[in-house]
Amino acid sequence: MIRPDAPLLLDICDLHASVEDQPILKGVNLSIRAGEIHAVMGRNGSGKSTLSKVLAGHPAYTVTAGSVNYRGADLLELDPEQRARIGLFLGFQYPVEIPGVSNLEFLRVATNSRRAERGDEELDTFAFEDLVHERLKVVQMDPAFLGRSVNEGFSGGEKKRNEILQMALLEPLVAILDETDSGLDIDALRIVADGVNQLAGPENATLLITHYQRLLDLITPDYVHVMAAGRILRTGGKELALELERTGYDWVDLELARLEPETVEVA
Amino acid sequence: MSTATVGDLVSQPYKHGFVTDIETEKIAKGLSEDVVRLISSKKDEPDFLLQFRLRAYRQWLQTAEPDWAALGYPPIDYQNIIYYAAPKQQEKKASLDEVDPKLLETFDKLGIPLSEQKRLSNVAVDAVFDSVSIATTYKEKLAEHGVIFCSISEAVKEHPELIEAYLGTVVPSNDNYFAALNSAVFSDGSFVFIPKGVECPMELSTYFRINSADTGQFERTLIVAEEGASVSYLEGCTAPMFDTNQLHAAVVELVVLDDASIKYSTVQNWYAGDENGVGGIYNFVTKRGQCRGARSRISWTQVETGSAITWKYPSCVLQGADSVGEFYSVALTNNHQQADTGTKMIHVGPRTRSTIVSKGISAGHSSNSYRGLVQIGPKALGAKNYSQCDSMLIGDQAAANTYPYIRSQQPDAVVEHEASTCRISADQLFYLQSRGIGFEEAVSMMVSGFCRDVFNQLPMEFAAEADKLLALKLEGSVG
Repeated sequence: MIRPDAPLLLDICDLHASVEDQPILKGVNLSIRAGEIHAVMGRNGSGKSTLSKVLAGHPAYTVTAGSVNYRGADLLELDPEQRARIGLFLGFQYPVEIPGVSNLEFLRVATNSRRAERGDEELDTFAFEDLVHERLKVVQMDPAFLGRSVNEGFSGGEKKRNEILQMALLEPLVAILDETDSGLDIDALRIVADGVNQLAGPENATLLITHYQRLLDLITPDYVHVMAAGRILRTGGKELALELERTGYDWVDLELARLEPETVEVA
Repeated sequence: MSTATVGDLVSQPYKHGFVTDIETEKIAKGLSEDVVRLISSKKDEPDFLLQFRLRAYRQWLQTAEPDWAALGYPPIDYQNIIYYAAPKQQEKKASLDEVDPKLLETFDKLGIPLSEQKRLSNVAVDAVFDSVSIATTYKEKLAEHGVIFCSISEAVKEHPELIEAYLGTVVPSNDNYFAALNSAVFSDGSFVFIPKGVECPMELSTYFRINSADTGQFERTLIVAEEGASVSYLEGCTAPMFDTNQLHAAVVELVVLDDASIKYSTVQNWYAGDENGVGGIYNFVTKRGQCRGARSRISWTQVETGSAITWKYPSCVLQGADSVGEFYSVALTNNHQQADTGTKMIHVGPRTRSTIVSKGISAGHSSNSYRGLVQIGPKALGAKNYSQCDSMLIGDQAAANTYPYIRSQQPDAVVEHEASTCRISADQLFYLQSRGIGFEEAVSMMVSGFCRDVFNQLPMEFAAEADKLLALKLEGSVG
């Protein structure tokens, strides 16, 4: 939902970042307001996942230039856990397994750290169980997964549902979902998309990172951005994604070749 | 941005490193037959014990120091150690009011209050300071149940027949180099006797404190559970920070008769040396229990976080039919600490069962080895063992090794061994952090999770203590 007067949540300005001295992001500009759903598309290696990790504060990436403003605060100054506590969420493409750490306890500690930041009282184990059982419905998840170790032995679809469950508990203001659709069969995709739609509201915003139109058939974006060579090359409405589906990315190469001939390898 | 690393977190200052300024009676450095006689006479011991010591001393002279463990350290100069040190107070006091307040204060500071008002309500404590036991709480209450809990010196005086009957019967004085040394010069330790059919009404605990810089500590613990008796016992240990190494060579013997059980838990937090590996305790300990009776049970649980060097293999000899031995261990090494620790399960009787769960955590430049033996004798029909050895590496300079030895002379025996190694990865930490969980708590969650199988075995009162101890070792400043 686009409302020009909605508050600005995330403002990315000329963001450059590198990993092991290899520049990946080369000047990303993106503004996200409350209520909006954005999709970032692009080929492998275009910098989509790097953008999500830099925003969440992954230590392997170094920001070399630019700024990210999150609701008036300098996001890049904050530790990853502080970013999460003030409402930034990253749904991982490949959620890691953490043996020995109970999923339920993990969810409770995470939820309470976000609640503490918002000034809400801490939930004890009983109150939290009530909350988590209510939120499980968002992703139609079996409560048995709460008793297991975090993501351990979960199938690809179960891991992604666990990500959306975390999102439902943390109630982020900006949720970045990194290829949440990858590795999902059509039923799991529908459940995950349904969860995201339920959680999207006028106060928060969603940034979907995806290769495929099929996710955007289920979650309708307000804006679609095409990323290539570490920057956003074109921005449009939902029809841009459909156009990509039809024409592929060849035009991207042409446009890049026009912008910076030296960076394009023509296959 | 956070600059803390997991390495910073596990490098916490040692919190028990203070020295108590107290007048101490020490004998001259060095070891000889005269020194052994002197220790025995200072303690006014009966002749059988003097003979036991002298025999052990001669055996020690003829034994070589073991060199098979994955440990490296400069040769120990056994003539440069003081073999007896005691805080100067006369006889052991009849009541705690007469104990030197400095000593009570020391134990207060260590979180082991001994005085009537403050002491733990459900745990009886024997407090050992350098070479002697200074106080034992709740003795009278225990005596009402027929339970004997006192220092071993006191037991030698009050119950010599029990000492003569059991001492050295599980760990003979010629068992190994360090056991021989201990048998010759042991100064104090705890004695527990649970008579037939008695379930000990409270947890028993001994707290060992090394205070003097150049003193070795050689304590001796003997626990006997008669038919149908049971007891849960915990030992804790700390020492001040010195830049020299102190030798600690203890012997613990457990005897359980028919249907009896002993649960023996250790939270070991000796000084581990500084970040460059200077100083710290050399811990060479022989712990063994004998399940003599049918359906008897011994359970060892240990949380090892201190010592520069740990050489320790709490073992079970499963003689009685259907007897059960258990070993649950967490060993954390950091900086330049070295640990070679594990267990021996010797299956002698039929249908004996044993379980081994070992969790090693190595950080810094440390080395952490599990060494375990499962031996099934020809009469151990239907014996079963399950072993699980997991290692966690923190950083890329630490080493973890597993040396399982299995010897079976019984084709029907079932022996299972599982081992795994994992590393706290940057991606796991980032995942937890990106959910709002701070760096320290994230590390602590993962380490606690890794150790849960063992912590679950600790008596409830101490499980929290162990968790806290690991958290202490792991806590640090972030950002």
